[in-house]
Formats: sequence, structure tokens, C-alpha cells
Amino acid sequence: MAKREISIWFFIGISLLVNGAIICAAGIYQYLYPPIEKVVLFDTHAGIWWGAVLFLCGLLYCLKFPPRRTAN
Amino acid sequence: MIKGLATSQHLVHLSSVDIVIIVFYFALVLAIGFYLRGRANTGEDFFMAGREMTAWVAGLSFLSANLGALELMGWAGSAYQYGILATHWYWIGAIPAMLFLALVMMPFYYISKTHSVPGYLKLRFGEASRALSAVSFAFMTVLMSGVNMFAMAKVMQIVLGWPLSFSIWVSSLTVAIYVALGGLRSAIFNEVLQFFLIWAGALLIPILGLYEAGGWAHLKVLIAQRASAEYVHLWSGLGSFGTNPMGINWVGIVFGLGAIISMGYWTTDFLVVQRILAAKDMRSAQLAPIIGAGFKMFVPIIVILPGLLGLGLLPMKLTGEADALLTGGHSYNDVLPLMLARYCGPGLLGLGVTALIAGFMSGMAGNVSAFTTVWTYDIYRALINKKGSDAHYVSMGRWTTVIGVLISVGTAYLVMRSASIMDYVQALFSFFIAPLFGTVILGMLWKRATAAGAFWGLFLGTLSSIGMWVSVKVDPSALAYVALSSKAKPMAQDMFQALWAFVICVVVTVVVSLMTKPKPDAELEGLVYGLTPIPSLKGISMFQKPIFWAAVVTVIFVGLNIIFW
Repeated sequence: MAKREISIWFFIGISLLVNGAIICAAGIYQYLYPPIEKVVLFDTHAGIWWGAVLFLCGLLYCLKFPPRRTAN
Repeated sequence: MIKGLATSQHLVHLSSVDIVIIVFYFALVLAIGFYLRGRANTGEDFFMAGREMTAWVAGLSFLSANLGALELMGWAGSAYQYGILATHWYWIGAIPAMLFLALVMMPFYYISKTHSVPGYLKLRFGEASRALSAVSFAFMTVLMSGVNMFAMAKVMQIVLGWPLSFSIWVSSLTVAIYVALGGLRSAIFNEVLQFFLIWAGALLIPILGLYEAGGWAHLKVLIAQRASAEYVHLWSGLGSFGTNPMGINWVGIVFGLGAIISMGYWTTDFLVVQRILAAKDMRSAQLAPIIGAGFKMFVPIIVILPGLLGLGLLPMKLTGEADALLTGGHSYNDVLPLMLARYCGPGLLGLGVTALIAGFMSGMAGNVSAFTTVWTYDIYRALINKKGSDAHYVSMGRWTTVIGVLISVGTAYLVMRSASIMDYVQALFSFFIAPLFGTVILGMLWKRATAAGAFWGLFLGTLSSIGMWVSVKVDPSALAYVALSSKAKPMAQDMFQALWAFVICVVVTVVVSLMTKPKPDAELEGLVYGLTPIPSLKGISMFQKPIFWAAVVTVIFVGLNIIFW
């Protein structure tokens, strides 16, 4: 009987992927609609590029360590 | 957002995006616990994660169990207060000990197939030493967990405005659920996840901070203007107690911190050693602490550097807790959340707060899983019920996880009523570390050490540590005798107290051992240097050998110390 095996690295990939997507989206929203009270270095738009970096790292982990079926 | 700090009751305000990120984190750690619940049915699975962890998983978990939120915030605060000297706790106060564990001690732990550090003492010295170290470890671990829980809830109250009970119950119940379901494997998997989240959430601060400061060279100028040029030198001010902000000298740092305290913590504290014992084979068990050491060297980037950046860039002056309470200002320990609020908008702020929560939960899961193993194997099975089935001990482990968490919650509420308990519990924990290292290392390296020598060395070493602490508490001027200098400051006490406790433990163990009958060599095989056949690594490439990577880490470690001399 086959059993689905999920690697710890896949969980990490999911975490980085989802967090990266949310942060990048929030960064784009702030870029389009800048808030009145801004953080220091707001113009670097850290949310966009940091979110994108996390998203890409997460994607890489998810593709490299996908859930697989193993003999039980 | 920064403008709001002065007028608000707490440091940062979370948006709905931040809340989504935090909720997603809790959902994911619980999902891991539920996913792994079917893989924790035997004692070996539940308490030792099946001994099938790779070197990477064991190594990152080994490091993560130590990367608590209080550690992150506390050492960032210390970096603001004392400068780059705080880095010693990450470099000389960790790296040599981790390499020593990997190359010298791990073969004995691993080959003996012990499930815990007290378990090794039982094999080497018998029941008395195991009982002494198991009871003290279990008792102190669960109390420390409660103290940390309270301290973390307090941080969440100050930083986010969350009620104390909310933080305590949400985080502790989450940890109880995922550890009780999946045992050590679940704790380890979550610690690795938390390791990545800590870096993802905290790394942006030094990147943006250095950009704002105009690079490291310009940050040093800013720090020299606002504090002193000594704040960015690791060793040059340690010639005497009076020439550095910490009030300590190089003897205390090298011998107290580097040779005793860190050796004690990283090689005999079961909280961290348990992660390595779960490795799948001997080579992985040796590589794991080396991988941990490699990453540990770079943790100052997300802990010490933010503190230094705060010192150079924050417009306000941070003070000690007492002054901050009197003036309504911010304390040293607020530097990390302040830097987080300085640079992080919606989403990034949620990730940064998640990093703090993840740090806290990984530390707590480490405490709980170590407590569960020591209680079940070294106290319950050894002293109360020797004839239970494997299933019975697994069941006991699951219940102990829940009960351990509840005792920790109880301790947290106790500390809430009387804050001074916190100081006592933290001090108590430090009493056992240095003598325990003396006992274990003599047990591993000196076959003449006897059961009576080990017990009395451990007992009197611990007693001497308590004696020194009480004498300084009663009469603060006694510190001059403990640290051998009238210029010593409280930070030096821990170092010298540990040094003396270790020396007393070793001397007593040696003297009593020489007066008592040793075990025959045949009974010491697999436990002591010279009587333990170490598996050969011939036939594998140089890049797969632990000694090669230990050498690489050593070169980087020495280089970093020279660069920041």
C-alpha cells in the first residue's frame, strides 16, 4: 500500500511561498496606495522585493521536495 | 508608524495582513503535528524521532532549540548596551563547544545508544549520578520553560498590547498539541521551520539598517560618536575589567565562558543534545553540531547587528528596565522591536513578529520534549515503574508533555505574582551546567573516574556554585573574591562562578575516584575514550568527513575574531 510522504523541506517551502506572496502583495498595494505614516526607507519598497525573494525560495523548495508516494 | 510609537501604549500596531501571517504560522505548525501523529507510536519514535534525522535537520534543530525569542531580543539589547562584546556569546561562547561536541563527545553519546545525558551517566557511573542530574534537569527545565513563557507574554504585551493570559495559553497549548501528537520528530520539524522563519523575519533589519547607516564603516563612526569606539571591538578592550563596557576581562571570557559555560551548555544540556541523538547515523550525529556551528557564527547578523544599528541610528536613548519604567522611555530590550517597527510595513511586520513567536515556541518545544524524555526514561522508568510496556511509556510521554506544559503555565502565573522568582529560577539553572560538564567529560575521557567520584564531584560542584551565588546575593562585595577583582561587574559573576564550580567538581571527582575502586575495563566499553572503537570513515571523500568541515568552521571562526578584534 502506498503512503504519502511529506518532507520537512516541503513544509518550509509552503511557508516561504505563502508568506512571500502575502508580503509581496502587501508591498505592491503600499506602492500603489502609499500610507500617510511611512516606515523609514519606505522608498526602497522592501516588502515587494523581500516578499518576492521569499516566494521564489519557497517555490524552489516546493518543486525540489514535493510530496511523494512511498511503499508502506 | 515610528511617529505613533511615542504616543501609543505599545510598540507596534499590526494590520490585518500581519494577523493573517501569524495565524497561518499557527495553522502550519499544528498541521505538521497532526501529519506526524501516526509516526510516533513506539518509544524510539516518540522520544528519539526514530533516530532517523539527517545531519541538516538535526543540526538546524540543534541550533533552533536555542534560538528563543528572549535570546533574540535579550542579546540585541545587550549589543545596544555593551556593543559587539555580546558577540562573544555566539562565537567563543558557542563555536568551540559545538565542535568539541561533534568531534570528541558525540562518539560516546552515540555509540552508547543512550537516550539522554542522564542516561549516559547511568551507563557510566550508575543510578545515583543519573538520579541527581535527571531530577535537577527535569525540575529546572519545566520551571525555566514557565519563566520564559511569562517573559515572552510580557514582551507580547509591551510590543503588541496582547493580554498576558492570551499569549501564554495560545502558545503553550499549540506547543502541547504538536509535541504530544508527534513527539520529538514533530518538535524537530517545527524547529527547522521556525529556524527559516526567524531568518526570513529578522534578516531584513540588518540589510536595511546597514543601507541607512551607509555601511559598516560609517556605522562604526556613528557608534563611536554616540557611545565609544570600544563598542565595536571584540578583544582589544578585554585586557582588564575596567577597559570595556561589560566589566569583564579576557580570562573570564576565554575560560569562564568559552571553556566552561558554553561547553557545559552545548555538550551536556539535554535540551540541545537530544536533537543530535536523533541523527540517523554516527557521521550525521557528528556533522549536525558542525552545521549548527556554521550557522551559529552568522546569527549575530540578526541579533547583534540590529542592536548596534539601534545604537547608531535610533533617535531616542535606550536605558535599563528600571529607568525606562521611571521615565516612560524604552529599555535596551526594546531595541529589536523598535528596529522592526522602524523598517517593516504591513506583512513584513507580521513576519517579524512571527519570527519572535517562532523563536519562543521552538525554545519551549525543546524544553518540553527534553523534559518528557528525562521524566519518562530517567525518573519514571528508572525509579517508579521499571516493568511498563513500550506503549505504556509512550502514553506516559504524551501525558507528560501536557502536564509539563501545564506546570510551565503554572510557573508563569507564579512569576506574574512575584517577579523575583524569575531571578531565582534563572540562577538555579546555571548552578548545574558547569559541574555536569566536569562529570560528563571526566566520565568520557578518564576511565579511572568512579561512580562515587562522579556523584560527589557533581554534588559538591553544584553546592559550591549555589554557595557563591548566595554569598554575592547577601553581600555584593563578595563578587570581588569570586571574580578575583574589585572592578568586576555582575556580568563577570556567571563566568567565574562557573569556572570555580567546574574546578571543584573536577578536583573532588579525581580525589574521590583515586580513593575508590574503578569499574573493570570490560564494563566501560563503548563509554570511555580508549575503550570505545570509533567507526572508521575510510573510503569516504574528504568533503564528507566531519573533521574537514570542523576545520572550515574553525578557520572562519578565527578569521571573524581577527577581523573584529
